[in-house]
Amino acid sequence: MPLSADQETQEEDLNMENNEELPEGQQDRRSFLRYFGAAVGCGGAAIAAGTALRATATAVVAQAPAKPDIPGYDWTQHRWAFGVDATKCIGCLRCVEACKTENNVPRDAHHFRTWVERYVYLEGDDKAHIDSHSDPVNIAASGSEAEYRFANRYKDAKVEKAFFVPKLCNHCTHPACVQVCPTGATYKTLDGVVVIDHTYCIGCQYCVQACPYGARYFNEEKGVTDKCTWCYHRITKGLQPACVEVCPVGARIFGDRNDKQSPISLFIRDNRVSVLRPESGNAPNVFYVGIDKEVS
Amino acid sequence: MDTLLHVAPFTGYVFPNETLIPWTILICVYPYLTGLVAGAFTISSLYQVFAMERFKPAAHLALLTSLCCMLVVPVPLLIHLGHPERAFNAMITPHTTSAFAIFGYAASFYTILLLLENWFVFRPHIVRQAQQRQGVLGLFYRILSLGSNDLSERALSYDRKWIFALAIIGIPAAHGLHGYVGFVFGSLKSREWWSSDLMPPIFLFSAIISGTALLAVLYVITCKLRKVTIDLPCVKGMAYTLWGFMMFTLLLEGVEFASLVYRGREGIEVIMEYVRGPLIIPFFTIQFVLGSVLPIVVLTYMIWRGTTGKTLIAGVTACGVMVLIAVFMMRWNVVIGGQEIAKTGKGLLSYQLHFWGWEGALVAAFTLAAPIVLLTILARLFPPWDKPAH
Repeated sequence: MPLSADQETQEEDLNMENNEELPEGQQDRRSFLRYFGAAVGCGGAAIAAGTALRATATAVVAQAPAKPDIPGYDWTQHRWAFGVDATKCIGCLRCVEACKTENNVPRDAHHFRTWVERYVYLEGDDKAHIDSHSDPVNIAASGSEAEYRFANRYKDAKVEKAFFVPKLCNHCTHPACVQVCPTGATYKTLDGVVVIDHTYCIGCQYCVQACPYGARYFNEEKGVTDKCTWCYHRITKGLQPACVEVCPVGARIFGDRNDKQSPISLFIRDNRVSVLRPESGNAPNVFYVGIDKEVS
Repeated sequence: MDTLLHVAPFTGYVFPNETLIPWTILICVYPYLTGLVAGAFTISSLYQVFAMERFKPAAHLALLTSLCCMLVVPVPLLIHLGHPERAFNAMITPHTTSAFAIFGYAASFYTILLLLENWFVFRPHIVRQAQQRQGVLGLFYRILSLGSNDLSERALSYDRKWIFALAIIGIPAAHGLHGYVGFVFGSLKSREWWSSDLMPPIFLFSAIISGTALLAVLYVITCKLRKVTIDLPCVKGMAYTLWGFMMFTLLLEGVEFASLVYRGREGIEVIMEYVRGPLIIPFFTIQFVLGSVLPIVVLTYMIWRGTTGKTLIAGVTACGVMVLIAVFMMRWNVVIGGQEIAKTGKGLLSYQLHFWGWEGALVAAFTLAAPIVLLTILARLFPPWDKPAH
C-alpha cells in the first residue's frame, strides 16, 4: 500500500537516527525527503483548512439571519422591490428631503441615501451633461448644502433631451457590499432588503468601496456605514418608504413581488424594465423605466 | 465638521457619496508596511532556507525588521476604523465571504510565526543575557528565556531545525499575506482601476523589492553607525535580488496597465484622462522614472561593470531609497488613484491630503516611522549583528 505524506515523514524521522552513519549524499537526500515530506504535510493541512473554510463559508451564507422582533410581521411572506419611472420624475427633490428627515441623514452635499441625477443632451452633443443636486452650481443656487434643488443652468442653451433619474440602494440579490463585510454587520434580510447593524459595524468602509452604485456613505459622527433601507422601519409596519410617500408624480413605486397585484408587480409586468449595471452580477432589485444608455 | 474639510473637488460627474474619499493615506501605509514585512522576510529566508551565505550579515536584521514592521501593520488600519474597539468582531464572528475577514487570522498567524522565529534566532543571546544581567533587564531576559538556559550543541541544533521549519512555513505565509492584500483591491469589481487578476502578484513583487531595498538601506546605515566594515558580497547580493524582482514588478505592472488600456472597457476615456493628467507626477515621474527606471539603469550598470567598493555601496543605497519611495508611490497610486477615478466612469476626484488629523500626513508619517523606532529599541535588546561593533 502506498504511504501517505505523513507516514513517509514519520518513516523518515525513524530512519534519521542512523543518519550519522550514512554517506554524505544519502544524508542530503534523506534530509531533503524529510523536509519535502513536511512541506507536503503542510500543503495537505492547508488544503484541508481551505476546504473546511469553504464549507464554513457555505454554512454561514446558507444560515438565515435572526428574525426581526417586529409584532405582526413575518419576513418570510414578503419579497420587496422598488421601481423608478424616470419618465415621470420632475426633479423636485422632495424624495431627497423626505429621506434626509425620515432617516436622520447628515444634511450636507456628501451623504445621501437617495439622490436624483439630471441628464441633459444639448443640441449637437453626443454625450449627456450630468449633474446631481450635489453639484457646486446647484448648491450655489439653493444657497446651502442642506437645501436641495437643480439650478436652471441650461435656460439659455438649446436642450434636445433631458430627464431626471432618482437613485438609491439597489438591494441587490447578490450584494457585493454584503460579500465584503468582514463582520457580517451588513446582511440581506429574508424579505430582500440589505440592512446594516450599526451596533456591529466596525467602520472599515470596505462595503463603500465594493458598491458599484455609490449608494453607501460613511457616517463620521456614528463611525459606521449607512445607506438606504427602503425605510425598513416603515415597510414592516405596512407603510411606504418615505421617498415613495412624498413623490408627487408617482415616479417611485414600491411593493411586494409576492403579491401579484402590488404596484411593483404590475410595474414590472406592464413595462420593459431594466436594472443598473447588470454586468456587475449584483442582480439589482430597483427596476427602471425610461432611462437612457448613459445612466449607470 | 472636521471630515468635511476632506471633501474632494471633482470634475465631470461623480456620485454625491463619492466626494468623501473613503480610504485615505493610512490605507496606503497599510499595504506598504505589509510589503516591507514580506520583502524583509524574503532576505532572511534566502539565508535561512536557501543557505545563501552572502546574506548572513543582514539575515537577522531582516528578521527583526520584518517583526517590527508586522507589529505596526494593524496600527494604520485601527486608526482608520470608525469603531476600532470593535475590530475583533472580524475575528470573533468572521464573515467568511469577506476578503478582509481572514486578515486578522492571517496576520495573527504570521505575527506568531515571526515572534517564534525571532525567539529561536535570538535565544542564545537571551540566555546569555539572562545569566549575566541583573535588575529589570535581567528579569526581562529571564522571562524571555522561558526557563531554558540550555545552549548545548544539541539544543542549538534543535533550535536550527525550528528556525528552518519556521522559515519554510514563513515563505508562503509572508508572501500569501501580501498577495492577499493585493486580492483585497484586485477582487473589487466596482473600480476598474483595481479590478485586475494581476493585482496580487504586482503587490507581491513590489513588496519583495521594497523589503530588499529597506534592508539594503538599513544594513548600510547600521554598519556606518556601528563603524563596521560593510560586507560587499551581501550588498551585491541585495543588488542582484533588487534587480531581478524589479524586472518582474515592472513587467507585471506594464502588462496590467496595457491590459486595462487595451480592453478599453466603459470609462476608459476618463481613466486615460487621469493617466495623462493627475498621474504625471506621482506615477510617471516618481514611481516610474525616478523609482523604477533610474534604479534599474544604475543597478544594471553596476552589475555589468562589476562595480565594487564605496561606489557599489553608495549606488545600491541610493537605489534602495528610490525604490522605497517608488513602492510607496505605487501603493498611493493604487489606493488613492482607484478612488480618484469616480465609479460613474464619468468624472475625476482629487484627494486632499491634510497634515493634521487622524487621517493626515503627520499620523501617516508616524506610522511609517514607528517600525524604525521599534527596530532601534529591539536591536539594542536583541543585537541582530553578524560582526561586533568597533
